[in-house]
Amino acid sequence: MNWPHKDLLDVSQLSREDVDVVMRTAASFREINARPVKKVPTLKGKSVVLFFAEPSTRTKTSFDIAGKRLSADTFGLAKSGSSLQKGETLKDTVLTLQAMNPDAIVMRHSSSGAADFVARRVSCAVINAGDGWHAHPTQALLDLFTLREVWGDDLVGKTVTILGDVAHSRVARSNIRLLTMLGVTVRLCAPRTLLPKDARALGAKVFHELEPALDSADAVMCLRLQLERQEAGLLPDLREYARRFCLTKARLKNAAPDVKVLHPGPINRGVEIASDLADAGNSLILDQVASGVAVRMAILYLHITRKEKGETA
Amino acid sequence: MTPPDLVVADAAVPGRDGRWTLVCAAGQVLELSPHDPAARFPEARVIEAKGQLLLPAMTDAHTHLREPGQEWKEDIASGLAAAAGGGFSNILCMANTDPVNDNESVTRLMLRRASEAWPHGPRLFPVGALTMGLAGKQLAPMEELLAAGCVAFSNDGEPVADTELFRHALEYAADLAPVIDHCEDPYMAKGAGANEGVMSARLGLRGQPDVAEALQVARDILLAEYLNAPVHLAHVSCRRAVELIADAKRRGAPVTAETCPHYLTMTDAALFGYDTMAKVNPPLRTDDDRLALIQALREGVIDILATDHAPHAAHEKETPFEDAKNGITGLDTALGSLWELVRLGQLSAEDIAQRFAWRPAEIFRLPHCRFAPGDPADFCLFDPEQSWVVTPETLRSKGKNTPLLGQSLTGRVTLTAVNGHVVYELARAGA
Repeated sequence: MNWPHKDLLDVSQLSREDVDVVMRTAASFREINARPVKKVPTLKGKSVVLFFAEPSTRTKTSFDIAGKRLSADTFGLAKSGSSLQKGETLKDTVLTLQAMNPDAIVMRHSSSGAADFVARRVSCAVINAGDGWHAHPTQALLDLFTLREVWGDDLVGKTVTILGDVAHSRVARSNIRLLTMLGVTVRLCAPRTLLPKDARALGAKVFHELEPALDSADAVMCLRLQLERQEAGLLPDLREYARRFCLTKARLKNAAPDVKVLHPGPINRGVEIASDLADAGNSLILDQVASGVAVRMAILYLHITRKEKGETA
Repeated sequence: MTPPDLVVADAAVPGRDGRWTLVCAAGQVLELSPHDPAARFPEARVIEAKGQLLLPAMTDAHTHLREPGQEWKEDIASGLAAAAGGGFSNILCMANTDPVNDNESVTRLMLRRASEAWPHGPRLFPVGALTMGLAGKQLAPMEELLAAGCVAFSNDGEPVADTELFRHALEYAADLAPVIDHCEDPYMAKGAGANEGVMSARLGLRGQPDVAEALQVARDILLAEYLNAPVHLAHVSCRRAVELIADAKRRGAPVTAETCPHYLTMTDAALFGYDTMAKVNPPLRTDDDRLALIQALREGVIDILATDHAPHAAHEKETPFEDAKNGITGLDTALGSLWELVRLGQLSAEDIAQRFAWRPAEIFRLPHCRFAPGDPADFCLFDPEQSWVVTPETLRSKGKNTPLLGQSLTGRVTLTAVNGHVVYELARAGA
């Protein structure tokens, strides 16, 4: 199998077959994470730059662990402490990184399209770890991996409700694209201020009230509510948000009997999800974190070991 | 009588059948008459224009020439070079320079630079600031600016948020010169470089709703009617604004309006792939808006075309979308890009003459040429069949920031004359 993509910018570039390859590869790596010695030499001698121009702990750590478990050398570069803070343009920063000849750049940036911008300017693989409100493909893939572990490979006919701040969420956009491609019915639920004006164009059904949005849902993905949204006038306050939209056990009563609950983290307990629900048996939140390492190992492996056209195996 | 010194022979003229010969002397039109192959003009330069269209040279009511202060993007010499190459005789340049054009020293500097670089034209007509420093706090000295050579006032990209002050600005300017307003609600439009809609939802970009433009258009219309003071609405980009303007004009409100070639030829689909070249304010909108604008221009609801020529340096566009500067460079490509619409029958060559040459010159009271005896000999020749590829080298502006880069246009300005002086002539292939 030769992976056809130089970069991973969003799930929209992937075919169903590509998604299956990622899932199978991640499944084969997951076993490594349970071993006493969690390291294989697969990417020995390869270098991965973790370029995070926006704060992140869990995604960066997840990629770092994924790279190291495959024996790649990983190098972290944050915005603070980098030349970006000294006024260097993104173009110059990435050309400088490129000149050091890494095998992959994993990047996060606050601007939608930033990963695309970088990918067109460097020859190494670019893995989008989140660009603005646009895309977070590895999060969508790890969410899928988590759901497939529970539901099996076929997700056709399932209903997933994405609850919360869709407007500003790259996690939501990537999940909508990936899940709808696989035959899942996606519902969005949020106050209108937290949905894009033309939310239906994303390919999902739109709700502004919890009850109908959760009715018979097979899974609910809560999104993190950024606390600055209330300062921007999009919400009265967090208490009011929780009154309308906080996911609780009681509010799930009309969902599917074994409804699953996901959250990309970090959680605001009591705001978007009740504390007891986050810790309950049907919560997959920690499974998502575990899946994250396996999926990111797969993504790094597929992109770094791919053969260029014309190269012989 | 002065003998003819410049003749354009055998040209097509919009709105007239047959072939025509334009005879000029001492910078003025002597006559436009049916082409007579036997006619001889021994003392004149005779330009054979067979297969070409003779158009009145155009007036661009909305450009940014960046001098003083941002000469790395453009300066008056390069901006006027692009204007000459684009077929323009009159250029209005906005006040958002550094320092701002809010006093006579800046106006005079601009005019001096223009006459040094292009003594025979294109003519430069500065637009003075409406408020000091474009800060929206205190009126600029409009009579001083007018006396120094400004022909209109505008706060351009910094629309006056304080409605009371804007009212006073319109009242004060009413006896001096037209006010041009860039219509956007200062809160709703803030920080957005994409039209709010399907594209912005998919791309995850902050959207600027067309309502943000229409709200301010409505405000301006109401004030113009109430005060009986004229307002010119800059770069209208959406159907909602068109509908408000149509209603206002039916009531006889003293408003005029412009739109730009890019709003007639492109939509927000150009943002696919986060193309920063297509980032402009107001943003490119939907196809429905585009069609409404074309119709409005044909019907005169929108009075004029203007380029909103906004040159930027390469590094100011080579950034992620949200960090990129707004603006498209437009003087070089205006006519070539519009010609697609003429070929499709959506606009006529007469529409172009009316909306890009005569009407803007009327609104801002500038010299222009209707090919009547005594008119200034301001014209351009346009070869409607000549295809050319837009490359950095074919653009005379310093700003190479256009989504047309790499595209082929059919139709090209081959010669421009101002007051009978040829200020631009395209080198002929193989000549």
